[in-house]
Amino acid sequence: MNPPARAPIRGIRSRTVVMPGANIDTDQIIPARFLTTTTREGLGSKLFNDWRYRPDGAPRTEFILNQPQTQGCRILVAGRNFGCGSSREHAPWALLDYGIGAVISTEIADIFRSNSLKNGLLPIVVEEATSRWLIDHPGEELDIDLEKMTLTLPDGRAISIQLEAFARYCLLNGIDELGYLLAQQERIALYERTRA
Amino acid sequence: MKPRTLFEKIWEQHLVTAETADTPAVLYIDLHLIHEVTSPQAFEVLRVNGLKVRRPDRTLGTLDHSTPTRTEQIFGNAPITIESAARQIQVLEQNSVEFGVELFGLRSDGRGIVHVIGPELGATQPGSTIVCGDSHTSTHGAFGALAFGIGTTEVGHVLATQCLLQRRPRTFAVEVSGQLHPAVTAKDLILAIIGRIGVAGGTGHVIEYRGETIRALSMDERMTVCNMSIEAGARAGMVAPDATTFSYLKGRPRAPQARDWERALEQWQELPSDPGAQFDRTTTIDAASLEPMITYGTNPGMVIPISSPIPAIQGDTVHARALDYMGFSPGEPIRDKPVNVVFVGSCTNSRLSDLRQAAEVLKGRHVARGVRMLVVPGSQQVKRDAEAEGLHRVFIDAGAEWRESGCSMCIGMNGDTVSSGQYSVSTSNRNFEGRQGKGARTLLASPATAAASAVRGKITDPRELLS
Repeated sequence: MNPPARAPIRGIRSRTVVMPGANIDTDQIIPARFLTTTTREGLGSKLFNDWRYRPDGAPRTEFILNQPQTQGCRILVAGRNFGCGSSREHAPWALLDYGIGAVISTEIADIFRSNSLKNGLLPIVVEEATSRWLIDHPGEELDIDLEKMTLTLPDGRAISIQLEAFARYCLLNGIDELGYLLAQQERIALYERTRA
Repeated sequence: MKPRTLFEKIWEQHLVTAETADTPAVLYIDLHLIHEVTSPQAFEVLRVNGLKVRRPDRTLGTLDHSTPTRTEQIFGNAPITIESAARQIQVLEQNSVEFGVELFGLRSDGRGIVHVIGPELGATQPGSTIVCGDSHTSTHGAFGALAFGIGTTEVGHVLATQCLLQRRPRTFAVEVSGQLHPAVTAKDLILAIIGRIGVAGGTGHVIEYRGETIRALSMDERMTVCNMSIEAGARAGMVAPDATTFSYLKGRPRAPQARDWERALEQWQELPSDPGAQFDRTTTIDAASLEPMITYGTNPGMVIPISSPIPAIQGDTVHARALDYMGFSPGEPIRDKPVNVVFVGSCTNSRLSDLRQAAEVLKGRHVARGVRMLVVPGSQQVKRDAEAEGLHRVFIDAGAEWRESGCSMCIGMNGDTVSSGQYSVSTSNRNFEGRQGKGARTLLASPATAAASAVRGKITDPRELLS
């Protein structure tokens, strides 16, 4: 078989949408009742469903994603501990399907971050001062560059960002981690023979 | 040799390939638990790429999350009303046949919540690595295993290769001393720990719960503590194995038997952290100072002793939003707040001892008028055990509903939900907005507090009902 592949991602340039609250959990990103699916597709319409829509299905105009100025924004700036809660990969699937390509926060929950990287959603952790600036300046255009590992603000200031080295390599080169693991099968077999 | 922690010993023993600056470790997984909600897309990846499940013998499936709990839907002819949920169940049944994976199907005696059946079978063992597409996999750490939740892509990785790519997490010792007061439970302890370190306090870390209080806990109680490690942001929680662990496991169907048992025991006894082993962080908790705990907000860190007022936090918009959602005001007592629904169940608190705790409060009493109470055993085995000692009669006589096993109202995706605006005292693990149903307001507490609140129809300190 050919190793599974995906499109390379070199970064993202977009205006931001800001959701400043801390601890935005995966049950808000995609409520559990929408997890009774057997595919990855089509979850964008359910993203933040209960914040986005009234019980009768009408959009809540006060919710940020329903406001005209945020349409087309692909970078989500969020409060601390974004993505906490469950391991549901439906959370990054829903964000990506909606059109979000990067999440910026001072802290991103472990499993959500891992799930994001495996799907090409960029989890970018920044310091408090940068986060505050971003929260105070919604809608600004940012440039996230994975080759230079920078986040560039509209005034040209480039802030260096961190990403786990292997995840970055896979994103830049369109490598699916499953292919990498499958290439280790001999080592895995040896481990099983000698230990397990 | 440098003293090592329990975590370090298990980590090092499971390295197929050690990590480098450029590449993560390849970590071998001993036991992979799967369920209907987070596995279908992973099996699809195998199918598309022409791959097999590498180790069906290390893979175990169950139906719990979107599976209904009404007896007539499991054993009778009543249809599963959520069509997409019925489809998920069917897809896992098909995948288990196609890929040769063992599944505890809908009517199986061994079915139950994934984190309840692993230990119950003795499949959860000290020193092993255990993963599942569910964040509460941390539960299994109670046995001195390294157990953590993974996403669906990683479920695919483990199905295909029995391995995961992982960076080594940091270690965090939570030292607990002092004796818990009567009616103050393991649930109260873990809620207090989360309140102390915060919902992101454990991010990037594996917690080891240590100290005399932890040593004195039963396995069920240790599971409750480890279960909610993720609610403190930690990837995993662990307790060193000891005589309590071994006596729980001995004779369980999938535990090592006879000669193998003796050999396993020798290895397991080597697992506890060495004296002088270093943790990246440490915190201490005095268990003797705790009282029953209850949440008042929309994350598990928003938690107070039951006799305390709802806190006022100036200038915190998240706190203000949470109180608004809950319909609470700062400074009010939480005690005596009205209750509409009481749920005893979930991977946190659905084991036999949890049901006994609730039954002790309910015995000879009745659920208050207008309150709906659901008691959902963690597994079919727990259900049988509870029925053998008559606990179901206590629940039914008190006016509660007694169900088949499953995640039920914890996650509100299987037909068991709390209505919008209603207050639910729940023994589950998450009080996020809408977690138990759209607009539902959840207060997390122990089975004793939940049962006491059901009897009075308002938030009640269980010590008032227990002599």
